[in-house]
Amino acid sequence: MQPTSHDFKANAHRALGDPNLQRAMDMMRTGFPVNRAAAIARLPEFDALRDEGIAIKNHVIANLDFYLETFEKNVVAQGGKVHWCRDAAQARETILGICRDAGAKTVTKGKSMVSEEIALNDYLEANGVTPVETDLGEYIVQIRHETPSHIIAPAVHLVKEQVAESFRATHTHLPPDRPLDEARVMCDEARTVLRAKFLSADIGITGANFLIAETGSSIIVTNEGNGDLTQTLPKAHIVLASLEKVVPTLEDASTLLRLLARSATGQEFSTYTTVSTGPRRADDTDGPAAYHVVLLDNGRTALLGGEFQDMLRCIRCAACLNHCPVYGAVGGHAYGWVYSGPMGAVLTPSLIGIEEAGNLPNASTFCGRCESVCPMRIPLPRMMRSWREREFARRLSPQAQRWGLAVWAYVARRPRLYRWVSAMTSHILSLVGGTRGRFRTLPLVAGWTDTRDMPAPEGRSFMSQWAAREKRS
Amino acid sequence: MSGTRDQILGSIRAGLGRGRLDVQAISALEDRVRTHRRNLIPARAAALDHQGQIDLFVAMAEEVHATFTRVTDVDAVPGAVADYLAGQNLPARLVMTPDPKLDDVPWDKAPLLDIHKGIAADDDAVGVTACHAAVAETGTLMLVSGPDSPTRNNFLPDTHIVVLRAGQVVASYEDGWDRLRAKGAMPRTVNFISGPSRTGDIEQRMVLGAHGPRRLHIVLIDDARA
Repeated sequence: MQPTSHDFKANAHRALGDPNLQRAMDMMRTGFPVNRAAAIARLPEFDALRDEGIAIKNHVIANLDFYLETFEKNVVAQGGKVHWCRDAAQARETILGICRDAGAKTVTKGKSMVSEEIALNDYLEANGVTPVETDLGEYIVQIRHETPSHIIAPAVHLVKEQVAESFRATHTHLPPDRPLDEARVMCDEARTVLRAKFLSADIGITGANFLIAETGSSIIVTNEGNGDLTQTLPKAHIVLASLEKVVPTLEDASTLLRLLARSATGQEFSTYTTVSTGPRRADDTDGPAAYHVVLLDNGRTALLGGEFQDMLRCIRCAACLNHCPVYGAVGGHAYGWVYSGPMGAVLTPSLIGIEEAGNLPNASTFCGRCESVCPMRIPLPRMMRSWREREFARRLSPQAQRWGLAVWAYVARRPRLYRWVSAMTSHILSLVGGTRGRFRTLPLVAGWTDTRDMPAPEGRSFMSQWAAREKRS
Repeated sequence: MSGTRDQILGSIRAGLGRGRLDVQAISALEDRVRTHRRNLIPARAAALDHQGQIDLFVAMAEEVHATFTRVTDVDAVPGAVADYLAGQNLPARLVMTPDPKLDDVPWDKAPLLDIHKGIAADDDAVGVTACHAAVAETGTLMLVSGPDSPTRNNFLPDTHIVVLRAGQVVASYEDGWDRLRAKGAMPRTVNFISGPSRTGDIEQRMVLGAHGPRRLHIVLIDDARA
């Protein structure tokens, strides 16, 4: 997809004025965080598990070459194949190659954000292979020609009336006046449509939440079971995974799985956790005859050894999105690319460049909730600050902002001047603000006052009150 | 492709600021994989006795909308299945995996059940399978694929009935892995299943039966209690 991250401000502005989106975001803000808190309260060991999970991921990152080689060796030993891909283009070509070799016309897909990252669907379609998304949310955004707005809840930006409208427009073989006012009914309709696709697909593509070095397995978690029908029924199973997903053993994966669902949806465990190892065995009566792992770098190895290395611990649970006031206000599409929320604000500039995505690290109030809920304790606010510094150093931020910061820095470095300016400003504002104590509009800060009042200072600054007090005593 | 592989491994080493790992380091890592040491296991299930684990399994699975019939004898299983299907107004025709773990169930005790053994088709409304283990910690069944246990039977039928023996209930996923390793090679597929299929993708309203089964019914043979 063509990123629009550089337009974050305009995107966010549009999002704030979109009534459907705002209704949908209201539902999200009240759902996930409450469920997460309840699940964690039930597990006294949660924080200790977090520390263990972090240690596992750090250990893997420090020995990533060993674990990837071990993983590959064991995939091959089980009869599968690993395809190493440097970038999106190479991964797309590799997958198309596998489809062509199998003579595939349709592929079903389990939800995969890496597939969004490499824009796989458009590419397959342009080359005569029809991709069908099977996760309900992902299917909805596919038929609407949209992209997912949330890494685990792709259609969280929509209200049910919008889904119903898209179903009527797409499922034209059904009576146009059928009732579609309940999630239950729409889910049944999608189930019937997609069941036929599952049964006729030539290849199934899934992502991976974890890759296991010990056994050469891939793991996916879903609630719907779509990932299972996707990989079980067709002739071949392609796993598309970024390389930092590898973990040493089944035990290590089990520890991380205890953190994943609780952090994501507040479930104790996802409905389906599926461990897939190689193709079907000689005497199996079902399962795919071929198993391919497309192992993607696409900028990850460049994070090693730098200040964003800890981002490679991310297990894509979306807790940071679910708890972010900025994400909660504008939704995921405003971020303009695949990953949104705090993890997206850090990852996107790393993957598509700061020139395009330099705006995203500014989409933060620095409230720190993202870091506090992150099961991997990734210092997301610190990383966003680093990106802001880089953006400033590379003169990518707007001229007015740079001048403003330069003026502020000049004043802030001169304490007497700073005190004088702040005392004068608060004095003037308190006079102008008068008895009402707030401003409806103020020059230069319309972004603030358009939607709320600016409180007026009550009079003298803290520093001047302190000085007066010192003098009195 | 091997060029790409070397490039990627090269950038990993460059990023980490080191060359290839030395022999000692590699052997320590190989040991870590081979011994697959357990990490912290929550006390929730591990601290209970076996009967406590069975009760916890039932409570946790019911929380995620699995349903149960608890019987004390394998002879009662066919009746339990027949009663469940009748109670739900479901057809008595079912597809059953040819799993030897189901062989000692006297299916002829419920003559109204129309059982065919084999792989499930799209129009099979009810499926019966055995399982590998049941994890008390989160109410999670563990099923493995094999010649007698095709994976699709866990997903295609609208109603999935699992026959579980008390002795198969374990505390943790790790206990399940140990039992699997004891059996030998890794199967193609291991399915951890907690309740019936569901989605929250439309306005986060939970709907059961997204793509997999709408109902998950577990017949628990509680022979330890008998």
